[in-house]
Amino acid sequence: MVLGREQLSIEFVNQALSGNRRSLAKLLSSIENGELDSNSIGLDGHDDDGTIIGITGAPGVGKSSLIEKLISHWSTQGLKIAVIAVDPSSPLSGGALLGDRIRMDSADSNSNVFVRSFATRNQPGGLPKSVGLAANLMRKCGYDLVLIETVGAGQSEIRIVSFADRVVLIESPNSGDQIQAEKAGIMEIADLIVVNKSDLPNAERSAMQITSALQISGSPTCVLLASAKTGEGVEELASQLLSIPIKMGAEVARARERLLAAWASSLLSREDISKIINDISSGEVDAEKWVLNNLRWYDE
Amino acid sequence: MRIVIAKPGLDGHDRGAKVVARALRDGGHEVIYTGLRRTPEQIVRTVLDEDADMLGLSSLSGAHAFLFPRICELLKQEGCGDVTVFGGGIIPVDDRSELYRAGIRAIFGPGTKMQEMIDFVNEVKNRIDVGKPVGVGEGGDWFWS
Ligand SMILES: Nc1nc2c(ncn2[C@@H]2O[C@H](COP(=O)(O)OP(=O)(O)OP(=O)(O)O)[C@@H](O)[C@H]2O)c(=O)[nH]1
Ligand SMILES: [Mg+2]
Repeated sequence: MVLGREQLSIEFVNQALSGNRRSLAKLLSSIENGELDSNSIGLDGHDDDGTIIGITGAPGVGKSSLIEKLISHWSTQGLKIAVIAVDPSSPLSGGALLGDRIRMDSADSNSNVFVRSFATRNQPGGLPKSVGLAANLMRKCGYDLVLIETVGAGQSEIRIVSFADRVVLIESPNSGDQIQAEKAGIMEIADLIVVNKSDLPNAERSAMQITSALQISGSPTCVLLASAKTGEGVEELASQLLSIPIKMGAEVARARERLLAAWASSLLSREDISKIINDISSGEVDAEKWVLNNLRWYDE
Repeated sequence: MRIVIAKPGLDGHDRGAKVVARALRDGGHEVIYTGLRRTPEQIVRTVLDEDADMLGLSSLSGAHAFLFPRICELLKQEGCGDVTVFGGGIIPVDDRSELYRAGIRAIFGPGTKMQEMIDFVNEVKNRIDVGKPVGVGEGGDWFWS
C-alpha cells in the first residue's frame, strides 16, 4: 500500500516511537533522502544533554572497533545504544562502501543496539544535515545514547560538533608524531582525546605528546589510552564519556560550526541551486560575485 | 540503491564478496558490507535496520542450499518481501531452480563480469519504477538470465 507522505510519517513515527525497528529504519531512509524534516515528523529539538556523542578520527585508527567495545559495555548495563556510522560517498560514482558494521558484532545480534550506516552523499563539510535529525529521532525512539562515527578528513571532523553534544577524537600511536596544523581545529574542539591501540608500542609516548601540544596551545583536554583489541581503558572511556562537562571555550567554535552547517544547508536547499552550480561551473557566473549579489541580506 | 552484501556460512574467504561490493559502489550504489560468517538471522537484521533495497549473498562452500532459502523465508516473515535477493559464488546449475523458487532473482557464477551485475541492479530499479515484481516475496517468475 502506498501512503501519502504525511500519513506515512505520522504512522511510522508512532510505530518507531513505540519501538518498531522497521519503522525507524524506514523513517531514517526518508530523512536521509531529504523527504522529511523535523517539522514533518513532529520532533522538537534536542537539548545538549551529552547523549549524542561524535566519534571522529583518521581512517583506520579504530573508531568502529572502539564503538563496538563501548556499546557492548553500555548495553550490558541496560542502556540502549544507537550508532550512525558515516562513510564518504565517491565523488565520481556517487556510490559508497559502508563497512563499519564489520567491526560491530553487536550491530546484528543485540536487541538493545541499532546501527545505521549513512553515506555523506557529497554534502559540503562532509556531513549530511540529515545525520543530526536522525540522531534526534533515535534518541526519541528510546535509545539512551547515540554515537556518530565520522571519518576525519579536515572539515568533516569539525562539522560533527554541529550535531553532537560531545566530540571524541580517536588517535592511534605514532599519529601524534605529526600533529599537523589541520588537526589543530578538531583537537581544540574535542571534549576528549583517545589514543587507541594502546597494546601497540609508542602509545604512551603519543598520548604524552598530544597532552603537551594541547597545553602549549592553551586548551588542555583529557587524553586517555585505550585498546579496542584488549579492552584496556574501555571502561574508563565509557564512564568519562558520560561525565565530562562540555569543554570550556569550545562554545564559540561550536556555534561557528553550527552556523556554517545551517548556512550551507539553507543555501543548498534553494530551488535554483543546480542552475546556480551549473552557471558557476560553466564560467557564466562567478561564485564570489554571486554570493555578494544574492546573499546580501545582512545589509537590509 | 542500498545493497547489503553478506556472506552466510562458515567458509573464510570473502575476496569475491569484497570485489562485488566495490564494483557495485563504483556503479553508484551504497553498499553495506557485513563481513564473514553471518547467520541468517544476523543478515536479515542488517537488511532490516539498514532499510536495504537489495541483498547479495555469497557462498563458496555449499551454504547456499540450506542458508539461502532460509534467509529468503526470514525476510518474508519480517516484512521485507520487497527486498530483491541475488546470489553469487559456487552454485551448481542443478541447484538453481530451487533457489529461484525461494525468491532469489539472480545467480552469478564465478567469472561473471561485474558489468553484468550492475546491469542486473539497474534492471531491478527499472522494474520497481514500473511496478513489476522484484522482491523476494513478491512472486512472479522473473529472474535474471
Ligand atoms: N592492535 C590493535 N588494532 C586495532 C585496535 N583497534 C582497532 N584495530 C585494528 O585497526 C583496524 C581498523 O579498525 P576500525 O575499527 O575499522 O577503524 P576505523 O577507525 O573505524 O576505520 P574507518 O572507519 O575505515 O576509518 C582493524 O584492522 C582493527 O582490527 C586496537 O586497539 N589494537
Ligand atoms: Mg569505521
